[in-house]
Amino acid sequence: MLPFLKYEFLQNAFLTGIMVGLLAPVLGVFIVVRRQALIADALSHITLAGIAANLLLGKWSSFFAAANPIYMGMAFSVGGAIFIEQLRKVYKHYEELAIPIIMSAGIGLSVIFISMADGFNTDLFNYLFGSIIAVKRSDVWTVFAILIVVLLFVFFMYKELFVLSFDEEQGKLSGIRSNWILVAFMAITALVIAASMKIVGILLVSALMTLPVAASIRIAKGFKQAIWLSVLFGEISVIAGMFLSYYLDLASGGTIVLCLVVILFLSIFYKKFTGSRKVGHL
Amino acid sequence: MNNNIGSIAIRVDDLSFHYGDKNVLQHVTMEIKKGSFLGLVGPNGSGKSTLIKCILGLQKPQEGNVYLFGEKVNKFNDWDKVGYVSQKANSFNTAFPATAFEVVSMGLFGKVGLFRFLKTSDKKKVWDALKSVGMDQYAHQNIGELSGGQQQRIFIARALVSDPELLILDEPTVGVDTESSESFYKMLKELHRENHMTLVLVTHDVGVMTNYVTDVACLNKQIHFHGNTKEFEESSSENISAFYGHHVHVLHHDHGHE
Repeated sequence: MLPFLKYEFLQNAFLTGIMVGLLAPVLGVFIVVRRQALIADALSHITLAGIAANLLLGKWSSFFAAANPIYMGMAFSVGGAIFIEQLRKVYKHYEELAIPIIMSAGIGLSVIFISMADGFNTDLFNYLFGSIIAVKRSDVWTVFAILIVVLLFVFFMYKELFVLSFDEEQGKLSGIRSNWILVAFMAITALVIAASMKIVGILLVSALMTLPVAASIRIAKGFKQAIWLSVLFGEISVIAGMFLSYYLDLASGGTIVLCLVVILFLSIFYKKFTGSRKVGHL
Repeated sequence: MNNNIGSIAIRVDDLSFHYGDKNVLQHVTMEIKKGSFLGLVGPNGSGKSTLIKCILGLQKPQEGNVYLFGEKVNKFNDWDKVGYVSQKANSFNTAFPATAFEVVSMGLFGKVGLFRFLKTSDKKKVWDALKSVGMDQYAHQNIGELSGGQQQRIFIARALVSDPELLILDEPTVGVDTESSESFYKMLKELHRENHMTLVLVTHDVGVMTNYVTDVACLNKQIHFHGNTKEFEESSSENISAFYGHHVHVLHHDHGHE
């Protein structure tokens, strides 16, 4: 076994990282092609509010003090996701407004909860920027459960998600009931964001959803290939980022994101060198 | 009217539609026979697209009814009998990472159903649809890498793949150069002749269209004319000019009459 993996906390971080490196880019592909890249940011900030709320409640109640804050974060995140879908119906012609509304509400709540809980502590700092030493065994199992749910959902709903991302009207004509699928998708996205934050941190979780996709859609042929490449880029960055973070004693979230940025630049240069040949104009 | 119900593909019955207090369609009544190739023409803003959306059940009219193959549209369930190429097909996200094959296979998803996957026989249907529009050699190109005319053919293939009895095209040649749109119309004529399909072609391009369609309907909030192409041409000069508010030449291209 690698010396790197002889400690339990590193095993936890590594396993969680590998799962998150798969989950975030898979959902990210659908989010990016639907032009909702910023949604991950909005949801991660509302997740922060949930975590801060749990830290605050933990001051008064031993139940919350003992609970893993990730669950409260997930509850806030899923609530925020459903609220975004509702807001989008209210502002039909300004759909993107839902994102800053939820994002600022999330930050506002977080700041209030944090100040009431007497400010920052290391715990909160770890959630903000990600830390590979803070991942518990219970986190690994929580993320594993989310992994199963997400993979089943995407596997069985692939057709529907694909049509709805490309062309909602065609989806309706094929008799696809778009509403519940989109709400379920948002809820699942919220879960994945909450699951990813221990590793990459709340401030950087949207990067893990969008940067691998930004790189893959430049070179992928077709939608399935875009998904596979996004996962590949996500995994490379998470694994390389965690190794570097451990051996160079750097914050894991930042290291992972910088690996993603490097891959993104490589994909842009790759495309420049191979050229974007347009084919077969009639 | 009941005795010929089996030969009618679309029946629109006294349909009115308005956005707020703006009237878009007023008391539109029309029947489209099975096997006809109808050109639905009208100036911009005449309610063509809205009428099509009402026919497809994507918009709900405030008054009146639509029947598809004798069934009220809100109760109609055989959506794989209907192919639709929307106007938006011209303005989709061209950076979307999907191959032509993947786009066409979407047309089968309604038929395949929830929790199921495309079978080998379904994949063959996708290839056949790509071949029927002459695009099989581009199957594995990303849709955004194709030209406007080629993309349009891919969307037709997507509408054709479920083997529909009725194909509705909303302004399919907008943004496509004249040469491509001519070969496109020819392809539609072939499809109509060989597959005995009912076609509805929405366009504001009165000229070229009349060389290919069997029937013409003129819409400007109301139906101003509905008859076969010959009747349309005989009555046209005065009618169309009055209808469009300016003089229009109906163009004839001899090769369209082959």
